[in-house]
Amino acid sequence: MSNLAPKQLDGTPQTEKVAGPWLEAWRGFKKSKLAVVGAGIVLFFIIVAFIGPFIAMQGINEQLLSDRLLKPSSTYWLGTDDLGRDILSRIIHGARISLWVGFFSVIGSLVVGSFLGIIAGYYGKWIDTIISRIFDIMLAFPSILLAIAVVSVLGPSLQNALIAIAIINIPNFGRLIRSKVLSIKEEEYITSAKAIGMKDIRILFSHILPNSMSPVIVQGTLAIATAIIEAAALGFLGLGAQAPAPEWGKMLADARVNFINAPWTMFFPGLAIMLTVLGFNLMGDGLRDALDPKMKN
Amino acid sequence: MIEPLLKVEGLKKYFPIRKGILSRVSGHVKAVDDVSFYVNKGETLGIVGESGCGKSTTGRMLMRLLEPTEGKVEFNGKELTSISTDDMRKARREIQMVFQDPYASLNPRHTIEKILEEPLIVHGIGDSISRKKKVHDFLEIVGLSSYHAKRYPHQFSGGQRQRIGIARALMTNPKLIIADEPVSALDVSIQAQVLNLMQDLQKEFDLTYIFIAHDLGVVRHISDRVGVMYLGKIVEIAETELLYNKPLHPYTQALLSAVPVPDPDFVREKILITGDIPSPSNPPTGCTFHTRCPHKMDVCTKIIPKLEEVEPGHSVACHLYGEQVQH
Repeated sequence: MSNLAPKQLDGTPQTEKVAGPWLEAWRGFKKSKLAVVGAGIVLFFIIVAFIGPFIAMQGINEQLLSDRLLKPSSTYWLGTDDLGRDILSRIIHGARISLWVGFFSVIGSLVVGSFLGIIAGYYGKWIDTIISRIFDIMLAFPSILLAIAVVSVLGPSLQNALIAIAIINIPNFGRLIRSKVLSIKEEEYITSAKAIGMKDIRILFSHILPNSMSPVIVQGTLAIATAIIEAAALGFLGLGAQAPAPEWGKMLADARVNFINAPWTMFFPGLAIMLTVLGFNLMGDGLRDALDPKMKN
Repeated sequence: MIEPLLKVEGLKKYFPIRKGILSRVSGHVKAVDDVSFYVNKGETLGIVGESGCGKSTTGRMLMRLLEPTEGKVEFNGKELTSISTDDMRKARREIQMVFQDPYASLNPRHTIEKILEEPLIVHGIGDSISRKKKVHDFLEIVGLSSYHAKRYPHQFSGGQRQRIGIARALMTNPKLIIADEPVSALDVSIQAQVLNLMQDLQKEFDLTYIFIAHDLGVVRHISDRVGVMYLGKIVEIAETELLYNKPLHPYTQALLSAVPVPDPDFVREKILITGDIPSPSNPPTGCTFHTRCPHKMDVCTKIIPKLEEVEPGHSVACHLYGEQVQH
């Protein structure tokens, strides 16, 4: 350990770079090649989502009925769909929709789920019972079924699909945080925080919350992948994004009828979904390995 | 007579045992059962006993980290058990605690500076600059360096962490420090360093300690008076030398006879107590020690002996010394 090293001769404090817990996690993350590949894929799609509209060759809704269902060529790199729209351009625009839904639905369920989970875990007793039972009820339904139910109440649109996905993921985060809080609140540093004279609210947000974050980050990354799939599924069922939005799931649904004679119309949106989900999953797994062996004491 | 800094009277902690789907209370674990003692200003009271005897529970109740079931805690003339939780929170500025496990008692995600500054922030002491200066001063006082402030707990050894734990307890200038097995988790060589540090700090800051431990040697080294606990009760409490040279309670005698002596030729009479420690949920009637006591009498199974002073500065709860009380 560095503090056993002899002090510098002139006695000045050593200027050293102190590795905080997050920096150490990053070092661990970098060691895993697959995780870096996953992060690379994610980063690629994020960049595409941001600058996509400027690089897409054709407008998303620009229809050239003379160019219907064309094979991938030098003009249309990934071919065209049944209305003569450029699939590459639509996929590029679709990245923005999928990531938007993925990020924001997860942020929504993370914030609400964490809040409920912390309250349940820290205060326990009847509050815990109520919150946990609600989570149990929500988890008893298949998530897509619950999402369909929520969307049918709110009405089919991309925004409502996002809300539905956020709602169905709340119990996952809530239960995760709750279990983490349950173990952390028994730690001695929480007792010592109380002994110092800290208020509950400070203990919760300054001590318990930061220490329960690592599994949430992992879960959050993996949940983005699931959310993207769920958004695509809702889009495919016609309950998510509405035509003519270039949502990947919706594109799959529209291309379904032409699958035999124009497989590229389904193949490329499907590939896009698969790659994004794979990227987030690889990244999440890497994060888990980097964050989960907890603090190296 | 000087008024003691801390006076504890009839302190009890019963944990309910719940059974069945309706969570009916079917009994109680009597973790601490009617404990009374006092601590004078500037002295160190050691509390010893085997694990599960209620010494840590007692320590935690003094700060109301655990709510006492019954009893009074008077600190500096102020009753602590009846005040509101928020007043208690503020009162903790004057009573601080040092914990057993230096690996678990520091938040792994906070730097040392943040850990030490926090008590000051919580109690609204000083501004940012003066707080930081105090953090650096105290790091030096406990034998670390101010450049350690930016580091994280995992970058320190156990002994260093315990120094940080002690520094944290000192930040708010408390009058009383409850040290709950502060050296049990440390190597023997480090134990001595930390004990000496605690003694130096006591002189420097005029501190009063309640030192909870199971190591009799450590307690003898640091304490002015020592209380021996068995099954939630104090069975003997006396000035350190009195207790170690002339233990009266059979339990204390047995405990002390088990302390190793650094002399290979020393032959001693080892008092062996048989049996296990009884369950605190179903303690024996009368004297709780009668099931294992070599001097058991009839009265022991029936009447709970009271803690009574048999000679100046030496109290014991045992029927063997009943006569001595009378004359």
